[in-house]
Amino acid sequence: MSRHTLSVLVENKPGVLTRVAGLFARRAFNIHSLAVGPTEHDEISRITVVVDVEDHPLEQVTKQLNKLIHVIKIVELDPESSVQRELLLVKVKADAATRAGVLEVVELFRARVVDVVPDTVVIEATGTSAKLSALLNALEPYGVREIVKSGTLAVGRGSRSITDRALERVRSA
Amino acid sequence: MVQPNPTPAQVAARTSSAPGSPASLAARAEARSRGVGVPDGTKPPTVREENVTGAQSIVKSLEAVGAEVVFGIPGGAILPTYDPLMDSKALRHILVRHEQGGGHAASGYAHATGKVGVTMATSGPGATNLVTPIADANMDSIPMVAITGQVGAPMIGTDAFQEADIVGITMPITKHSYLVTDPDEIPRTIAEAFHIASTGRPGPVLVDIAKSAMQSRTTFSWPQELALPGYHPVTKPHAKQIREAARLLATARRPVLYVGGGVIRAGASAVLRRLVDLSGAPVVTTLMARGAVPDSHPQHLGMPGMHGTVPAVAALQKADLIVTLGARFDDRVTGKLSSFAPHAAIVHADVDPAEIGKNREVDVPIVGDLREIIGELVPALEQEQATSGKPDVEAWWHQIDTWRTTYPLGYSPTDDGHLAPQHVISRLGELAGPEAIYVAGVGQHQMWAAQFIRYENPRTWINSGGLGTMGYAVPAAMGAKVGEPDRDVWAIDGDGCFQMTNQELATCAINDIPIKVALINNSSLGMVRQWQTLFYNQRYSNTDLHTGHGTVRIPDFVKLAEAYGCAGIRVEHERDVDEAIRKANEIDDRPVVVDFTVSRDAMVWPMVAAGVSNDDIQYARGISPAWDRED
Repeated sequence: MSRHTLSVLVENKPGVLTRVAGLFARRAFNIHSLAVGPTEHDEISRITVVVDVEDHPLEQVTKQLNKLIHVIKIVELDPESSVQRELLLVKVKADAATRAGVLEVVELFRARVVDVVPDTVVIEATGTSAKLSALLNALEPYGVREIVKSGTLAVGRGSRSITDRALERVRSA
Repeated sequence: MVQPNPTPAQVAARTSSAPGSPASLAARAEARSRGVGVPDGTKPPTVREENVTGAQSIVKSLEAVGAEVVFGIPGGAILPTYDPLMDSKALRHILVRHEQGGGHAASGYAHATGKVGVTMATSGPGATNLVTPIADANMDSIPMVAITGQVGAPMIGTDAFQEADIVGITMPITKHSYLVTDPDEIPRTIAEAFHIASTGRPGPVLVDIAKSAMQSRTTFSWPQELALPGYHPVTKPHAKQIREAARLLATARRPVLYVGGGVIRAGASAVLRRLVDLSGAPVVTTLMARGAVPDSHPQHLGMPGMHGTVPAVAALQKADLIVTLGARFDDRVTGKLSSFAPHAAIVHADVDPAEIGKNREVDVPIVGDLREIIGELVPALEQEQATSGKPDVEAWWHQIDTWRTTYPLGYSPTDDGHLAPQHVISRLGELAGPEAIYVAGVGQHQMWAAQFIRYENPRTWINSGGLGTMGYAVPAAMGAKVGEPDRDVWAIDGDGCFQMTNQELATCAINDIPIKVALINNSSLGMVRQWQTLFYNQRYSNTDLHTGHGTVRIPDFVKLAEAYGCAGIRVEHERDVDEAIRKANEIDDRPVVVDFTVSRDAMVWPMVAAGVSNDDIQYARGISPAWDRED
């Protein structure tokens, strides 16, 4: 198995996420993470999906996704030539005795504390999957109360935009 | 993008020969399969803007898009649409007895004519009853539009009476689907639905329309601009791939043309014939492609797969090149995939890029419309042959002819005194002839009908291949007869299948749709029984239907036929078979059901057991060809 990040540009229509997610389920493809959001164009949404597959099934995933009428374009983003980030919010036990240690970890990982009460803190961090795992490992001994994590977001490096041509299609259709 | 008008080829095809002649019927079917079902010779009307109800807008849109027939049944949520439908001159609505019958009828109509089949149902149970025909059409790439009523927009999501999320339910089994709550969206949605259903790889499209949208005022205009930025089916093949395919085909020593249902959907039979003749290669036609190449053609080896002929199965296994045209390496064709055609290079041509490489790795992929692909492959092959000469396939044909002589398609006579089903079906094929349309259910009778009828024309063999839907035959035959009223339409059905959908005989009798039904009545779920005989130690668990010779005959199919206003004929002896078929062929004022009570021990041979290598095909029980002697 290898991990692949796909950027799927879709028409901003109701039900489009269900169609994409349903396709993965019924074709027995594994989704590792999924993130959906608007783009710079109202008509287009962007789904970033990370899948664990071999190369051959990946081609099937892409071809099957392309058959969905609302899917406009699919681009695989190679980790070397793209920026990939996740967002993590984690609630950690931190009382008077341990707070200094927790804050030191926060500092080391260039994370931020966004909420404090006498016995816990909420920490916000962004980064690659690997960095966030390392952060969580470091916080583990203090007592993790709650973890919330976004799916991966990814954008290609350099000046090219993958939405430009997709937009032309939407506007000329 | 606007709705396509008929191409010059379509217009030419319509005017080239006398209407009603077999040639013109075939040409019409080929021409129609090209696009949206615009009625013959008419252009869609231009309507600037008209103030109407949403319900009127639905009817006007269906008329404008060229629909001629709707198979449906009304109910609460679709009721507003049935009111203006009553006044429509262009639309013939046929009131079916069950939504499943309506869906399969739309499928049979589409299959026979190449036009988009239309079915209509109400919300909730009406819509859920369409699930099977929609799934069936999706597996067999049938152009179909299903229009369902939905509860009023404000009630959606409240578990209202007869509410079902049919868009959600059918999402995995449709090519696309719509939920319409804004009446202004109706014309564009219906235009898009027909466009999507009929172009690229055809398939079913569901349009679910809220009752509130039908009851609101709106404007109707035509033609409609389609807004489909993500839908661009590739039709034009890549020239380099065509050249490469031609080069392989010109040099292969053991080539096979593996022809699938896509050839029929694309209307590519005529041009395929040229490729067959030019290449000199053997041809096999899959269950979905029977009739794509005439069975009388000397290079035709018959059907491949689980119940294919030994020569067809063996040719694929031993081939050095398989040119795949609109087929998809289904498990029923390949047997155990890892041992399928181990020495063959694969050329795979299909309109759906996702089929290419899905099951079998491909050497030369070609994406495009099969009529264009084959149309370009022919001159490319001519050019190759001009430089490298005709391919040397003599030794290959010698080997194939040995298989043909040693393992011809046949059957053993019965030893219980009852009719041999294969005999009945062979005689039916001979007496009804190659211009008739044959429609099968699913099971033994379907396989025998695929094996023992000689198909000469595309769109004369209709069956449920992918989903394997028992009960398909009667409603699909009804749809085919509505689409091709000048042809004889024979449903070949089993006693199990027939009991699932025979209520549509009422629809046929009342609406002057005189189909003919040949019931291959072995008093059991025959194919399941065959597997119980072969793999379950002859323990016949729940396969006896008590409908045949020497049973309680519940139901009595002759009486049932008569109750439905059809002619009913029973045949129990071989001497009466021909006479009964002739009599049925003469009856044209009502449907006919001929109850052939056949032996329940007859089995379908040859057979490749499920999950087994095609090399282990059995010609008859316990008899496997000895390949090594011939290799």
